[in-house]
Amino acid sequence: MRGVTRDRAISFALVAPSIILIAVFVYGFIGFTGFASLTKWDSLTPNFTFVGLHNYQRLFATVPTDRFLCDLRNTVTFTVLFLVSSIVLGLGLAILLDRHIKGEGIFRNLFLFPMAISYIVTGVLWRWILSPGSSQTGALGLNLIFEKLGLGFLKWGWFTDPTILYIHRDSGFGAFLTHIGLGGLASPYIGVSLAMISVVIAATWQMSGYTMAMYLAALRGIPTEMREADRVDGASEVQIYRRVILPMIRPVTLSALIVLGHISLKIFDLVVSMTGPGPAFATDVPAFYMWDTTFRGNNFAQGAAIAILLLFVVALLIIPYLVSSTRREVHA
Amino acid sequence: MIRRLISVFSIVLVLCFSLALTTCGGGKSNKLEIFSWWTVGGEGEGLKALFDIYQKQYPGVQIVNATVAGGAGTNAKAVLATRLTGGKPPDAFQLHAGLEVEKYDPEKYILPLDSFYASEGLDKVFPKDLLSLLQYKGHYWGVPVNIHRANILWYNKKVFADAKLQPPTTWDEYFKVSKALKARKIIPLAFGSKDGYEAGHTFETVLISVLGPDGYKGLWTGATKWTDPKVADALNLLKKMLADTNTDNAALTWDGALGQYFITNKAAMMIMGDWVNGWFISQNFMDYGWECVPGPKIFDGLSDSFAVPKGAPDMQNAMNWLKVCGSQAGQAAFNPLKGSIAARTDVDPSLFNPYSQSAMKDWTSEPIVPSVVHGAAAKEKWATVYKDILATFATKGDVEAAQKALDQAATDNLAM
Repeated sequence: MRGVTRDRAISFALVAPSIILIAVFVYGFIGFTGFASLTKWDSLTPNFTFVGLHNYQRLFATVPTDRFLCDLRNTVTFTVLFLVSSIVLGLGLAILLDRHIKGEGIFRNLFLFPMAISYIVTGVLWRWILSPGSSQTGALGLNLIFEKLGLGFLKWGWFTDPTILYIHRDSGFGAFLTHIGLGGLASPYIGVSLAMISVVIAATWQMSGYTMAMYLAALRGIPTEMREADRVDGASEVQIYRRVILPMIRPVTLSALIVLGHISLKIFDLVVSMTGPGPAFATDVPAFYMWDTTFRGNNFAQGAAIAILLLFVVALLIIPYLVSSTRREVHA
Repeated sequence: MIRRLISVFSIVLVLCFSLALTTCGGGKSNKLEIFSWWTVGGEGEGLKALFDIYQKQYPGVQIVNATVAGGAGTNAKAVLATRLTGGKPPDAFQLHAGLEVEKYDPEKYILPLDSFYASEGLDKVFPKDLLSLLQYKGHYWGVPVNIHRANILWYNKKVFADAKLQPPTTWDEYFKVSKALKARKIIPLAFGSKDGYEAGHTFETVLISVLGPDGYKGLWTGATKWTDPKVADALNLLKKMLADTNTDNAALTWDGALGQYFITNKAAMMIMGDWVNGWFISQNFMDYGWECVPGPKIFDGLSDSFAVPKGAPDMQNAMNWLKVCGSQAGQAAFNPLKGSIAARTDVDPSLFNPYSQSAMKDWTSEPIVPSVVHGAAAKEKWATVYKDILATFATKGDVEAAQKALDQAATDNLAM
């Protein structure tokens, strides 16, 4: 009995410092950021005059600048496209590698290598590859390859293209939406920024190897006996994957979604080094705006407001995962 | 038992904190700590030249070069603010001349230098416009060491000679030249907008040209309204100019655009500050000329200065440092290395390259206005919103919306 309490006490003493440090340096600072976002702190020296939700209101206004609304739109575009392409590509590569092909080790490393590179390097690389060129310089990078291959129709401005795909208010469908009271959906802030596709390509190039590794590990965990049993039962390869293997590796998909999802919501360095804010903020993201307004504009209160909103969005993604995983642990 | 627990606890705690803590230098000695963000290239060399002069005049003082590297001083300023408010100031620190002083709450933290200006005779060697720019709440707060100019129209001499054109001095001429260049399949204006501030920079020079020095300065004090039709004129001019730039401008920085188009003779002009001059020299490209941006001749300037905080640890050393910064010898040593011109009007021009010599002549003769994008005309919060509005305008070209947004930004920032 005494030994148990002593063990417990020692373990508590060992953990307590980190609890205190996390309480102060994580939760304490989150609290302070939340507090700062409600103040008028807009220059280097702090000014803690309370202004309520003013900073948040300004973020969601279109005048003087609609930058934050553009950022939210871009984040949604980026997150959806990046998750889908990374997972599809990662899973595809994992399934191919799982066929025990020759030189599997080489391929596995080849696909994993991009993950070892810093986003800054990836960004600069892909900026050069996707740099579109102009009529005076001629096509550059990938556009040049397209041209040489006779695929000239595929050439476009990549991340310099400011086009936003959205439902125009005066289009037929836009008028219909307005008619049924959903006119808010016909807005340039609810749409797809085409320039963002370039960033998605770079990010997918970097992270799909990582999803591949996760899936490969999961696939290897499935006993061969099971597949053989399926084959004996007369299932085709496609059926085995669809009905047996994919359902079995679903937890990995969830983990991959969480890991990639929070990366994509916080993406910063890739955008900074690759595209910058882009034409009319076509490739801008909240983290970049947060950095810009805080450290260039010294508008600390507004930067804090963006940080809190980002925290909320990430929490929306993470908390259901945490709840479900703790529940699973309790059951187990 | 309890004692053992406490010792385990405290050991872990000490280990954790010792990771987080950095040592702060202590001890009283004859020191001079200079805080700046001049770390690399000509800037770092220029600062070292100032240190050498100081060391010669005041031997025995140990100079501590406290630089914090990073983009236009953004990191340094954050560190500095913490040190000022935390009561651990350096002896002297770098400060953009102009409204930047506002954010340091100068009446509380910075030493006013009015008597220093009088005793050193600085009010006689700086241009009048600069002196009024340096004053905030009726006092001088810093000693400027260098001047950069933002509103220069750089042009490619070979392209202009081939097309038998003269560099434009009015906007009518500018667009005539543009048309002639386009007919020869040459891009009139090389432009890079990747960093998001370049449209704001170009627009600032157009605003100065259209509104004149007083009208432009009034925009930042509330004397000129942003709803003024002349602001719309300036926006329309900018829109027309940007329509004739390289289409891939969003992929390039200013130096990228120069490298891709200007020095390859595919583009004819660029509007940028005079740091371009150093870039041309580094690229060994000599076929360039410069003019003021079309319109009346006005000097759009930005300047670095040094200020001394109240309660500087070694006050006498700090004041001696300001003397070196403001002196003829100091400015003559620093500026040729930095690629800027001296704030004083009595420095020997023969020390400088041809561009700087012409800028020095303009410095003494033209009206001087502060640059907004480079932190001299308005506080940074306003300057950041301004640049964002212009970045959107450069793509969308909606004059009415941009003017409304600029007006709103002015209302927000003048009210406070």
